[in-house]
Amino acid sequence: MARKTIKVDYLARVEGEGAFKVVVRDGAVKSAELRIFEPPRFYEAFLRGRSYLEAPDITARICGICPVAYQMSAVHSMEKILGIRISEPLRELRRLLYCGEWIESHVLHIYMLHAPDFLGYDSVIHMAKDHGDLVRKALAFKKIGNDIMNLLGGREIHPINVRVGGFYKTPTKRELAPLVEKLKWARDAALDTVRLVAKFDFPDNERDYEFVSLRHPNEYPFNEGRVVSSKGIDIPVEDYDKHFKEIHVEHSTALHSQIVGRGPYFVGPLARYSLNFDRLSPLAQQAAREAGLGKTCTNPFRSIVVRAVEVVYACDEALRIIDAYVEPDKPYIAAEPRAGVGCAATEAPRGLIYHHYELTADGSIKSARIVPPTSQNQPTIERDLTSFVAGWLDLPDVELQHRCEQAIRNYDPCISCSTHFLRLDVDRG
Amino acid sequence: MASRVIVLGIGNIERGDDGAGRAVARLLRYMLSAPVEIVEQDGEATALLAKLDGAASAYLIDACVSNAPAGTVHRIDANHASLPQTSSDLSTHGFGLAAAIELGRTLGQLPPRTIVYAIEAESFAAGAPLSEPVATATVIVADRIRSEIEEISP
Repeated sequence: MARKTIKVDYLARVEGEGAFKVVVRDGAVKSAELRIFEPPRFYEAFLRGRSYLEAPDITARICGICPVAYQMSAVHSMEKILGIRISEPLRELRRLLYCGEWIESHVLHIYMLHAPDFLGYDSVIHMAKDHGDLVRKALAFKKIGNDIMNLLGGREIHPINVRVGGFYKTPTKRELAPLVEKLKWARDAALDTVRLVAKFDFPDNERDYEFVSLRHPNEYPFNEGRVVSSKGIDIPVEDYDKHFKEIHVEHSTALHSQIVGRGPYFVGPLARYSLNFDRLSPLAQQAAREAGLGKTCTNPFRSIVVRAVEVVYACDEALRIIDAYVEPDKPYIAAEPRAGVGCAATEAPRGLIYHHYELTADGSIKSARIVPPTSQNQPTIERDLTSFVAGWLDLPDVELQHRCEQAIRNYDPCISCSTHFLRLDVDRG
Repeated sequence: MASRVIVLGIGNIERGDDGAGRAVARLLRYMLSAPVEIVEQDGEATALLAKLDGAASAYLIDACVSNAPAGTVHRIDANHASLPQTSSDLSTHGFGLAAAIELGRTLGQLPPRTIVYAIEAESFAAGAPLSEPVATATVIVADRIRSEIEEISP
């Protein structure tokens, strides 16, 4: 009765549409192209002429899985332009909202998309036949992330409660209280997850990445911090454009990002973890050590373990925030609109997301630029796949496609692509 | 509640015909007299499955691509039939409706009555409204679901 695979050749999902093309000549991989047809460019045009207040609601629509990331980079940019400094309780609530998104997104990816690769199943549907209890637990686990999103964001997807300057409505301590027991259960489930995925078989594939993420003086990064890299970049986000550039490549409508003068770089869980291990909570650090991870991780196949560690952190951090929560005096800080330019970067589950806006005197958006994580990682994904595919050329096309899909899922490029990696086009000459 | 009935309209209203399922859900808000939970979602499988939990009857509406003429309405009794082999033939979502149905079936969590309506899409252009044939089909589907629900709980 159940289908063998979930095949998707055309996607209408905003997170990404794509295909993968490998060109082989004389027994060697000549090129590997990841084609992503990514719509943030439309959004940049939609935003022009709209009020700065609409930016969080419009940008939330870019992604059904990480809307908070888009909202957060948008509101922080606007707040810089308008000179708004949000209160500490509002800052903490934003971190809590981000915890919800990380739990939801990472648990979805770990169990529904990635674990079946390691456990030898075509999909989570096949996995559920043998591991029904595990899948049920994962569904309950992910739902706790949704519960946080529901409470703080007003609904599970495309939250509507985020406002420039804070929130439209902030929760009472009493409203947050029911999350505590759920999050304690989730934290235990996260620790179990780390133990489970740490036992998977991983190929030795250490890569020489330049990791890029935010780094905050004392927090594992969500909303704030300097932009740092594993090869020496350490800049305020305002200097992002001096060090990173987007270039157009013919095979993709998503622009490729490069570090000026150096080339591809890598954002996401591996980068965050490797640049911020010392900012994880003691429990998350301990879980990482017990899973055999060092303070850095450069094997993309182990990204599933790093995601699990980040979920431990997100549960831990959510519990800390709820415990210390003081209801804010007012749900948002208002400000008069004014002309200006502002930018911000935050940490989406898939990595750093950069927004840059220009406002006119009445608060209308004059220009918008959005650099999502997947387009930043695209050159690195292609480079890694070129290397991996070279070792798999003896495989029949079907098996080769399967390996490529598995490898792609290491990067969690987006839910659509990760589920089943679209068309594989192998040109063997 | 043993008799809980849920309508799930799935899609992205900002991508042309991808919003067909949600358009049906919005129509049904005005058309149904029986107490029915009407929900709009983007189609992520686990969120769909969570909504189905505990329902006696579920009606799921989504856009699809199966090379039929735009606006064609497909009705599938998911308790008795799998969704077609490839979800690309039926649903515009990746880990979406088809995965939710099959995962629910495997875990024994499908409502006893699970009906899928899929509307053949024409265009997924960003920011576009529903195409004319799909807009017409949303009215037809809403009316058929209203009839089905009123038959089981008049």
